[in-house]
Amino acid sequence: MQGRRDDDDSGTAGRFRALALPHLDEVYTLARHLLRDAADADDATQDCFLRALRHFETFRGDDIRPWLFAILRNVCRGARQPSREVGVADEPTDDAAPLWSDARETPEGEMLRRRDADAVRALVDALPLAFREVIVLREINDLSYREIAEIVGVPVGTVMSRLARGRALLRTAWLGADQKEQTP
Amino acid sequence: MTCEDADLLLHALVDGELDAGHAREVERHLASCPRCAAALAELRALRSALQDVPLRREAPAALRSRIEAALPQPRSRPAPTDRRTLLKGFAFGSVFSGAIAATALVLLVRSDRGQRMHGDLVSAHLRSLQGTRLTDVETSDRHTVKPWFNGRLDLAPPVVDLTAKGFTLLGGRLDYLDGKPVAAIVYKRRRHVVNLFVEPSSAADTSPGVSTLQGFNIRHWSDGGLAFWAVSDIAADELAEFASVFDAARRTPEAA
Repeated sequence: MQGRRDDDDSGTAGRFRALALPHLDEVYTLARHLLRDAADADDATQDCFLRALRHFETFRGDDIRPWLFAILRNVCRGARQPSREVGVADEPTDDAAPLWSDARETPEGEMLRRRDADAVRALVDALPLAFREVIVLREINDLSYREIAEIVGVPVGTVMSRLARGRALLRTAWLGADQKEQTP
Repeated sequence: MTCEDADLLLHALVDGELDAGHAREVERHLASCPRCAAALAELRALRSALQDVPLRREAPAALRSRIEAALPQPRSRPAPTDRRTLLKGFAFGSVFSGAIAATALVLLVRSDRGQRMHGDLVSAHLRSLQGTRLTDVETSDRHTVKPWFNGRLDLAPPVVDLTAKGFTLLGGRLDYLDGKPVAAIVYKRRRHVVNLFVEPSSAADTSPGVSTLQGFNIRHWSDGGLAFWAVSDIAADELAEFASVFDAARRTPEAA
């Protein structure tokens, strides 16, 4: 049958559009946090969707988001300039940051002041990459520990401890910013 | 449980990742440890502060259109201009070219019907998967499914049990294609659903064959006054296998 191949191609492309494009905003959000640069995030997001389409036949499962995020993460790792950001290996990881309770030098029950989206994003972006990515995947992209573990390529236990330490760093930074504003 | 264990597990608790047993253990520890209870309150405060602000960004419109343009377009339908050109040939050409145009028009109308039918089939298949109504009569017993269609349809769709061949009968459903009621017989292979639509065959039936639309395979054949359309996301060769085991089982006297 002539045009059979076209039919297949357009069927795949159509299905890919229907499944993947609705998650463009989420992929872009993750790219912004991983790369911390708007133009780089644009390129990485576009690259991610084209790569995902090329390998669409390898996608299995019900939820395409973790698969897209894993592709984006690979794209970002390739795109990151060594000069712009130190590699993951050089960053403080698991033991270098305090766990949740250890970070509580501040008086108990201290309230976090409400901040607007840009201020919160800046606090998240100040975290080292290893903590930043699990925080974004959990708090913004709303993935499960198992999904995050698969994307990052670490055991679930490591996801848990990075999340605990990342949240401790985030809370400390948040309270620090509050104090700075209160005492000009 | 030590405070250090609890420190990690608090996060799993607020993230809804703990099973009931561990959750109870953490809660027991919290009841007796004010320090960890305070840590939990602070964790909840941080999470709610994070959730109070819309952190998700919107992709810039320029990026969105760049990506949409870079993805292959779903195949466009025959453009209306095609048909106008054909009509022009019909109106202004010789009898000969008019005859050609007429033939082409019939083909166009046929393939239009085929395409509309394919669209209808995939929509019906998707509806059956997304809704709560995969089957009206849910049973693996073909002797229950077959009579169910009596009085609901002008045809008696053949219902066969193909469990031994790897296709489990889930049941039957009344559906609509091209505005007409049809029988849908539902089978399952592994985790995939096969919808087999059965309607009286008509002269307008498109020729038998396989096609793919939106990632779904559609296999069509006619036999004994009935037209069959099998729709599924299983591979085309598996759908061919389905059609052949279905036809073979249908022809055995026992199934009649």
